[in-house]
Amino acid sequence: MSAVGYAAVAVQTGAVVGGAPLLTGLMRQVRARLEGRAGAGVLQPWRDTRKLLRREPIAPVGTGPAFRTAPALLVATTLVVGSLVPLLSTDTPVAGRADLILVVALLALGTVTLALAGLDTGTAFGGMGSSREMTIAALVEPTLLMAVLALSLPAGTTNLPAIVADAVRDPSRLASPAGLLAAAALTVAVLAETGRLPLDNPSTHLELTMVHEAMVLEYAGRDLALVELGAQMRLAVLLGLLASLFTPWGIATSASAAGLALALVALAAKVALLGTVLAAAEVFWAKLRLFRVPELLAGSFLLALLAVAASYFLSGE
Amino acid sequence: MNAVAAGLGAAAGFGALGATAGAVLPPRPRLPVAGVCTAGVGAAGCAAGVAALGGAGWSVRLPGLLPLAGTVWSVDALSGLFMAVAGAVVTAVAVYGIGYASGHGDHGLASRAAQAVLPFFALALILVPAAASVSTFLVLWELTALSSLLLVLVEHRERPAVRSAGVWYAVMAHLGLVLLLAGLALFAAHAGGEGFEELRRHADELPPAVRGTVFVLTGAAFASKAGAVPLHAWLPRAHPEAPGPVSALMSAAMVNLGVYGIVRTGFDLLGGGPAWWWLGVMTVGGLSAVHGILQAAMASDLKRLLACSTAENLGLVLVGTGAAGLFAASGDGPLAALALAAALLHLVNHAAFKALLFTAAGSVVRATGVRDLDRLGGLRARMPLTAGLFAVGALGAVALPPGNGFAGEWLLLQSLIHGMELPGVAVAVVLPLSVAFIALSAGIAAAVFVKALGIAFFARPRGGQAAHAHESPPPMLAGMGLLAVACAGLALAPGLLGPGLDRAVAAAGPRGAVPVTREGLGVRLHDIEATLSPLWVVAALTGALVLATVVPRWYGTRRRRTNARLWDCGGGAPTPRMAYTATSFAEPLQRVFDNVLAPEQDVDVTHARESAYLVERVRFRNRVPDRIEHRLYEPVLGALARTGRNARRLANGSVHLYLGYGFLGLLALFVVLAVGR
Repeated sequence: MSAVGYAAVAVQTGAVVGGAPLLTGLMRQVRARLEGRAGAGVLQPWRDTRKLLRREPIAPVGTGPAFRTAPALLVATTLVVGSLVPLLSTDTPVAGRADLILVVALLALGTVTLALAGLDTGTAFGGMGSSREMTIAALVEPTLLMAVLALSLPAGTTNLPAIVADAVRDPSRLASPAGLLAAAALTVAVLAETGRLPLDNPSTHLELTMVHEAMVLEYAGRDLALVELGAQMRLAVLLGLLASLFTPWGIATSASAAGLALALVALAAKVALLGTVLAAAEVFWAKLRLFRVPELLAGSFLLALLAVAASYFLSGE
Repeated sequence: MNAVAAGLGAAAGFGALGATAGAVLPPRPRLPVAGVCTAGVGAAGCAAGVAALGGAGWSVRLPGLLPLAGTVWSVDALSGLFMAVAGAVVTAVAVYGIGYASGHGDHGLASRAAQAVLPFFALALILVPAAASVSTFLVLWELTALSSLLLVLVEHRERPAVRSAGVWYAVMAHLGLVLLLAGLALFAAHAGGEGFEELRRHADELPPAVRGTVFVLTGAAFASKAGAVPLHAWLPRAHPEAPGPVSALMSAAMVNLGVYGIVRTGFDLLGGGPAWWWLGVMTVGGLSAVHGILQAAMASDLKRLLACSTAENLGLVLVGTGAAGLFAASGDGPLAALALAAALLHLVNHAAFKALLFTAAGSVVRATGVRDLDRLGGLRARMPLTAGLFAVGALGAVALPPGNGFAGEWLLLQSLIHGMELPGVAVAVVLPLSVAFIALSAGIAAAVFVKALGIAFFARPRGGQAAHAHESPPPMLAGMGLLAVACAGLALAPGLLGPGLDRAVAAAGPRGAVPVTREGLGVRLHDIEATLSPLWVVAALTGALVLATVVPRWYGTRRRRTNARLWDCGGGAPTPRMAYTATSFAEPLQRVFDNVLAPEQDVDVTHARESAYLVERVRFRNRVPDRIEHRLYEPVLGALARTGRNARRLANGSVHLYLGYGFLGLLALFVVLAVGR
């Protein structure tokens, strides 16, 4: 068990690191094609990362350790989350530690480090970005935890592999009102957490609309590569998590090499599909005004609350 | 000899010695001698508390110590937990205080009076949980209130706000005392004795209405001490105005006594109660958590921000306490024990990080003389150690994984999530809302402490005082270092507290299984499948951090970082005035919670005399008043003032009128006596 289990963690982490830029490349390509452009190709984010890694990082005058360590910390938190969540197998050596609340908190830690880095630059943009990011993060947290509650109620635990394994055993639970509502709530929270449209525009460089970009304006070279990689990995992990939670088919529930290979293919297909759908949807969405964002998040929170209520009142019969 | 008795005896001895030293010694040796004695009080109290947590009980009756009633003392594991926390905080803060008060001559905290009162305050904080009769408890309770009031007032010459804060604190503390006195007197009268032993024995025989009244009266008093809404108004006033060490003691040790009181009377003395008591506690706790953290988000005064965050964290502790009572009332002992353990664990963690944050904030105030975040900034370069220590505390306060606040909140969420399995509509409505409140306060807390750390310590100085700050003297750093070590220990190995927490919960009374055990320095729950091991999280994060640092260096360029000026979208070299301030940082949150906070904004436009179209000056003022205060306190205070003014007419100086009042009073008394008979 243990050799395959460790292999599962290693393959999953490798897939997240290696696949995240490809996912972003795929989404950009889909978007480009839908907008009638040729696009730069699926591999372009990898080329960008390689190019940036070869350039020296810059230490702007007046910044301190918070600015310098934030990119590595962002990647580190996402790496830990990427190895914890059950993307390929529910039977891994770390399965007992993959707590949903811990995952939410680790992602928030990444957000906080980047927001501190934005403040550390002492520029108006950095402060603006981190102020907006923390406002959104403060509102996303209740939604995420409420969705967590809705998901963990039927399974009776907050342990992620247990929730996923439970869903594999009893797929009818996914189509229940509670499951669907929780899926909708979690999707909105994931969009907010990864800074996608309609909450934040990842490709903008217009100061009035920037949230994430404003915080990382001062980064260059290696640091910028890490920040970009961190953001791409977050997207990949969270889309993978959505796929595992709500379409768990194909995931390996026991430790076997063949199951692992199948799970990898299934994961790639599911995440690619989700990414394509998201990219296609983004073509038709406009970014929300910053102060309309709370309304969207409040709606999503309400969905999560309804999911909890539904799972409570509809489960007894 | 019993270890608890020895510890408490030593604490009392050190307290008397310290108070005498503070009162009689000349300024130069006063601070170190009184400080070391206060630290001794803390260390001895902490040792006694740890011994009690280890299972050593102690009780004694000392009739000579107090006229009429005498004193009764008893220490169990629950008292031990609070004594240990208070003792540890006192030790670190006393060391810190030696440095804080030095170099400022004979004023403020270094004065004779303050140094004589400080050991008393420390001793009273440790002794309150050891009291085992109503009169002993009330005397000690009042002693903490009075000594802390004197300490809050020591800087009254420097700032007029101190006096107003002192008045608020004095009035609210004594209103609390009146409620407490009424509640406990009612309890004692019905139980036929005032020792806790008698109260415990006769609690079941009380009529339900009396039990409810006792719980509501004492609960209100204790909740006010814990800074819970709507009786919180003193907390964001008194805590910021006190000198640094006193704020730390109040925020990390004194407010805990409110929780102690609720747990002691609610669970132990009254033996639990119906669900509505605990739903009330949970509601108050949840509202205080969200209200406190929202006020903290709007605060631009560093110490006020920390004080509001204290109200938030104690609110979370109250949610846990209320949940424990609710589960106990539903008959689920193990879950009740789990919720209470979660509340107590969060209380311990809060004490550690809040003492650290308040001492670090005290260092900032001492170095710059400024509490306003909008005028601070860039302190990281001038006070690197203080900045690092504040960051450790802030990490605990945001309740994110490597910090020490996470374990308590995680356990609390676990207990609430698993409580959903209990029957009852109240449970189905209250528990999800509690989870939402906890989550919302955790989310806003992240924004609050990013603001506190990022605005005060990062970027560049926004004012002259911040630009010329100096690092604190060694005793202060040592005191903060002790607290940081405590934070790190609690963050890495909360499991070590497991057996002590179990004993404390068992002593409090909700009967049930042992909830938390020690396993690989993690927290593992007996009847619930959930594991958290902070050590593993830290190891994984460190490993990932090393990977994320080493691999890019190995793959990419090995050239060193080059220094360059800030790019800022081509704007280049922004001045400190262009950086975000605390107010601007909190502005989006203020807009989001506009309906809840009801901020007041004034725009004054002065037109030029020649033309109404030319503007000479525009003044903008933004204030976010505490809405509960606005709606609740102001009408009450206004009515009181009106009554006072009107009552003045009753006393117009005429002797005949006064004789008439006396006559009427006597007549009314006779009527009452005649009817009453």
